[in-house]
Amino acid sequence: MTETTRESSPDPGPPPINGWRQEYWKKNLRLMVVLLSIWFFVSFVCGILLIEQLNSVVVLGFPLGLWFAQQGSIYTFIILILVYTLRMDRLDDEFGVAERDGEGNRL
Amino acid sequence: MNEIQAWSLVFVGLSFAVYLTIAWRSRVKETKGFYVAGQGIPAVANGAAVAADWMSAASFISMAGLIAFMGSDGSVYLMGWTGGYVLLALLLAPYLRKWGKFTVPEFVGDRYSEYVRLIAAVAAIIVSFTYVVGQMRGGGIVFSRFLNLSIEGGVAVAAAIIFLYAVLGGMKGITWTQVAQYTVMIVAYLIPAWTIAQKMTGFPVPQVTFGQILAELDALSEKFGLAQYTEAFAARPQLDVFLVTLSLMIGTAGLPHVIIRFYTTKSVRGARFSAFWALFFIGLLYTTAPAVGAFTKLNLMQSVDGVAVASLPAWVNNWAATGLVTVSDSASTVTSLSNDPESGADLIVNNDILVLATPEIAGLPAPIVGLVAAGGLAAAMSTAAGLLLVISSSVSHDLYFRVVKKEASESQRLLVGRIAMGAAVVVAIYGGINPPAYVAQVVAFAFGLAASTFFPILVLGIFWKRANAIGAASGMVLGLLFTSSYMIYTLDVFGTSAHEHVLGISPEGIGAIGALVNIIVTVVVSKLTAPPSEHIQEMVEGIRYPQQRVEAPAPK
Repeated sequence: MTETTRESSPDPGPPPINGWRQEYWKKNLRLMVVLLSIWFFVSFVCGILLIEQLNSVVVLGFPLGLWFAQQGSIYTFIILILVYTLRMDRLDDEFGVAERDGEGNRL
Repeated sequence: MNEIQAWSLVFVGLSFAVYLTIAWRSRVKETKGFYVAGQGIPAVANGAAVAADWMSAASFISMAGLIAFMGSDGSVYLMGWTGGYVLLALLLAPYLRKWGKFTVPEFVGDRYSEYVRLIAAVAAIIVSFTYVVGQMRGGGIVFSRFLNLSIEGGVAVAAAIIFLYAVLGGMKGITWTQVAQYTVMIVAYLIPAWTIAQKMTGFPVPQVTFGQILAELDALSEKFGLAQYTEAFAARPQLDVFLVTLSLMIGTAGLPHVIIRFYTTKSVRGARFSAFWALFFIGLLYTTAPAVGAFTKLNLMQSVDGVAVASLPAWVNNWAATGLVTVSDSASTVTSLSNDPESGADLIVNNDILVLATPEIAGLPAPIVGLVAAGGLAAAMSTAAGLLLVISSSVSHDLYFRVVKKEASESQRLLVGRIAMGAAVVVAIYGGINPPAYVAQVVAFAFGLAASTFFPILVLGIFWKRANAIGAASGMVLGLLFTSSYMIYTLDVFGTSAHEHVLGISPEGIGAIGALVNIIVTVVVSKLTAPPSEHIQEMVEGIRYPQQRVEAPAPK
């Protein structure tokens, strides 16, 4: 994510044809990989693979591994989707592909 | 009629009056309105509808009970059924919305080919049908308890109501009714949970407070001859916990009746936000469920601990009438507890009744018991209605219209769809009366089948232009065959005998491996055969961008 590409993106000039497409897609994929890594970490790593080790820490009566498996992972999932939708809104605007009606309001 | 029954009838009657009014007012006559509600639903409402559609009898009635008995390992359901939404939001929903077709088989038909569409339609019918069976059972349990019917009678009543109402409504009616059902469901779940948390810990937020009782719960569990509640992998081996969680996640993301929901939003952005709202609404119930499970288990054990069989609390007798709670004849006091009918424990409690019985076990007033009954029915019916729509659209739209009669008129197609619903309901009644497992487990099988058929070819279809028809067809067929054969091999259904689990992998967890089989087969076969046409590859490219690029910077 370099500053120069961001600044030039609203008006890419004629060539390279569809160069913006590759860049938009790359940024989308990068965001996805980051969010999915967190998804995997909180559920499969903290809630299953390392649950027994984490259970030795107890917070408010909850063994920590159990807390991740039954509470923490769900909160994280909700936040992950929210972050994705908000970041994609920004990305769509940056590349001029946001869906808007005639007056420029979001659909 | 006692007080509990009277209140149940009041709440069930009131909530049904609301649903039927909505369904009647928004009844539709056109195919598009019947299946996708004309794409004018706001994201928040759509999110609530997804939540109601998807949180079924399994989530509402069965899950907390399963967690109560599985303890720590119950988290497979919690993580599995929520984590799938992350996959859905990031990998599928926005792109399928951009593609803009009615159903999963339709996307598959465009992206791959017509015959792959037929395979997908058949798979959608199998998956949805397995799932409907679970709902019939769940609805049947509610009716049998609160109308004093046998479980068979309860299933028949539930089926009749579900049928009436799905046939009447169509997608548009169902969407708004489901918003109402979500409201009923969540209120019915949270009020008893808050009350119990307040009563037992002095603070009405169960998510925060159930930690306090875990130590006590561990101690009592041991006393009753059960594993410690917080001990990981007591109910299932670690590998199985991993695989079941993964199967449920990718199954959630591949369920046709959930995916169809994202076509009803206004825009690609709306599809993303719907996924967020859906998980937000689902999370309200899902973070409460483990607390309900823990509180109820503790209450249950405390209320029968060392009590003479003759003086057990009233809820035991109320539920014994349905045959879902049994007290051993030989015991004089209750010293052992189980959910397994074969265990020979003094008190045997079926998982599926725990949530419905929670207010009774905790001694909450009768109106709350009635409210929970209405909530359980809302959960079973909203999901069953969505599933019946998928079955009916697959039969009429993808099979009948494409294969049998290409010139079928709108009204003929609607009629075929409604007949298909009727047939599905009749067979589901049989399945609901003779279920192969607990509600949540029956439902987990449906997820395994969805995981091994749809999810891989949808994701590959979106992210890998090279995936072609023959690859997707072989992947789906082999994934489905692999998964269903393992389920039949390890389960005692259709007269076959059950075999030992291979490597401790339960039939609920096999879907993840089935999905892997599907992916490998699809990739290998696609690589060995010709790539899809330029036209299809261009379409796949097109769905990556929500809209045509506008050259001037968009107004902020």
